[in-house]
Amino acid sequence: MTFLEEIGGYLIMIRHAFSKPEKTAMYSKETFRQMADIGVGSLPIIAIISTFIGAVTAVQFSYQLKSIGLVPMWWMGSIVRKGLILELAPTITALLLAGKVGSNIATELGSMRISEQIDAYEIMGVNTRSYLVGPKILAALVVVPMLIVIAVALGILGGWAGGVLGHFFTTAEYVRGLQDNMKSWDVVVMFIKCFFFAFIIASVPCYKGYTVSGGALEIGRASTQAVVLTSIFLIIVNFFIAFFLLDSSGG
Amino acid sequence: MIEIKNITKSFGEQSVLKGITATFMEGKCNLVIGKSGSGKTVTLKAMVGLVEPDEGDVLYDGRSFTNMNFKERKSIRREIGMLFQGGALFDSLTVEENIRFPLDMFTTMSLAEKVDRVNFCLNRVNMINTNRKFPGELSGGMKKRVGIARAIVLNPKYLFCDEPNSGLDPKTSIVIDDLIKHITEEYQMTTVINTHDMNSVMGIGDHVVFLHEGLKYWEGSHKEIMQITDGELFDFIFASDFLKDLRRKATL
Repeated sequence: MTFLEEIGGYLIMIRHAFSKPEKTAMYSKETFRQMADIGVGSLPIIAIISTFIGAVTAVQFSYQLKSIGLVPMWWMGSIVRKGLILELAPTITALLLAGKVGSNIATELGSMRISEQIDAYEIMGVNTRSYLVGPKILAALVVVPMLIVIAVALGILGGWAGGVLGHFFTTAEYVRGLQDNMKSWDVVVMFIKCFFFAFIIASVPCYKGYTVSGGALEIGRASTQAVVLTSIFLIIVNFFIAFFLLDSSGG
Repeated sequence: MIEIKNITKSFGEQSVLKGITATFMEGKCNLVIGKSGSGKTVTLKAMVGLVEPDEGDVLYDGRSFTNMNFKERKSIRREIGMLFQGGALFDSLTVEENIRFPLDMFTTMSLAEKVDRVNFCLNRVNMINTNRKFPGELSGGMKKRVGIARAIVLNPKYLFCDEPNSGLDPKTSIVIDDLIKHITEEYQMTTVINTHDMNSVMGIGDHVVFLHEGLKYWEGSHKEIMQITDGELFDFIFASDFLKDLRRKATL
C-alpha cells in the first residue's frame, strides 16, 4: 500500500467508526469494557513511572540549581509542576500507553481479523469499524486524560518525596513553589494534548490491527508498526501543540 | 434459493474466479468442492459480501445482493448464518454470550427470551451446559457446534459453511455433517458448504458444484458424481492410486 492509500484507509475507518450505532446499549457496554481495559489495566504502571519521574525531576533540577546557587529552592515546586503539566506527564504517559495499549489493540484486532471474527461480525450485519474501533477511541478519549491527571498528581507527590528525602528543599518551600505563578492556560494546554494523544493512541493501532492480512507473523509486525507509528505521531503532535499554543513571551 | 451469475474476481494480475454461474437449492445441502486454490473460498466470500466480485451477480430469492448498498445488505445479512472454518467465536465472550450476540444486537427480546433461545440452539447442537465456557476451553468439534448454534440463532434462511470438517477427526466430521444436514432439512434453509472432504460429498451432497481453476467444471448430485470415469473431477475424487484401483475393481 502506498502512503496515500494508508492515509485514505485510515480516514475512511475514522469516518465509519463514528457512524450511527446499530444498538446504543451494545456500543455503550463495549465502550465501558474498553475503558476498564485501558484505564484500570494501565493504572499501576502509570502510577509507578509518574511518581519516579516527578522524584527524579525534583532531585536533578535541585542538584543543578544548588550548584548554580543563584535561584531560591522554593522554585522547585513551580518547576516540577510546570514540567509535569506541560510535558512530562502527558508525553511520558502517552508513550507508555502507546506501547501497552497500542500493541494490545493492534494485536487484538489483528487476531480477530486473522481468526475471521471480524468477518463473523460483518456477516451478521454489524458495522465492524463502528463497533470495534469507535468504542476504543471513545474509551481512550475519556480514560487517557484521567490517567494523565493522575500522573501529574503522583508526579508532584514524587517530586516532593524525592526533594525532601534528598534534603534539597523543605515541604514548605515545595508547597510555596507549587502555588506560585499557577496559570490555568497550562492546564488547558495539557488537556488539549491529552485529547490529541488519546485519539492517536487508540486510532493508529486500531487501523494497523484492523487491516492486518496474513498470519501470526503479520500480527506481530502490525503490533510493532502500531507502537512505532503512534510514538512518532505523538512526538510530532506534541511539538506542534507546544509550538502553536505556548506563547514565546511566557505569559 | 441462491443464484450466482457469471461471477468473476481477480486479485491484481491473478484471476481467481473466471465467470461462475450456479444455483443453490432451498432445503438442500449444496456443496462447493474443488482442489485448494480452485476458488471455493472466494466464491463463498463473494456470495456473502466479504469479497466484492468484479462482475456478475448474487441473487437471494431473486434479490440482487451485489447491487445493494451497505444498509440494504443488512436486511439480507439478518437472513444469513455462517459457520467459519475455525468457528470464529468471539474470544472475549462465553459460549452463551457468543450465541446471544446477534439477539442482543438485532432483536428487542427480553433477557429471559434470549437465554431460552440460546439454550434451545445449544440443545439442538448437543452442547447443553456449556453456557459459561469460553471458546478457549472448547475442542475443535465443540467450537464448530457452537458456531452452528450461533449461525442458526436468528433462524436464517441461508446457511454458509466454510470447510466445516477441517481439522476434525473423521467421526466428529460425520457428526457435524449430520447436524448441518438435519438443520437444513428441519428449517428448510438454503445451505452452501465449501469442502474438499469426500465423506461430506457422499454423505450430505444433495447438490454438488465442482470448481477447477476458477471455473465451474461439473454440477450434479452425489450419486451422479460416482459415475464420473475420467477428467479433473475423477482425479479429485479418486486422488490416490489406492482409490483409483478400488474404483477400477468396483466397475469390473
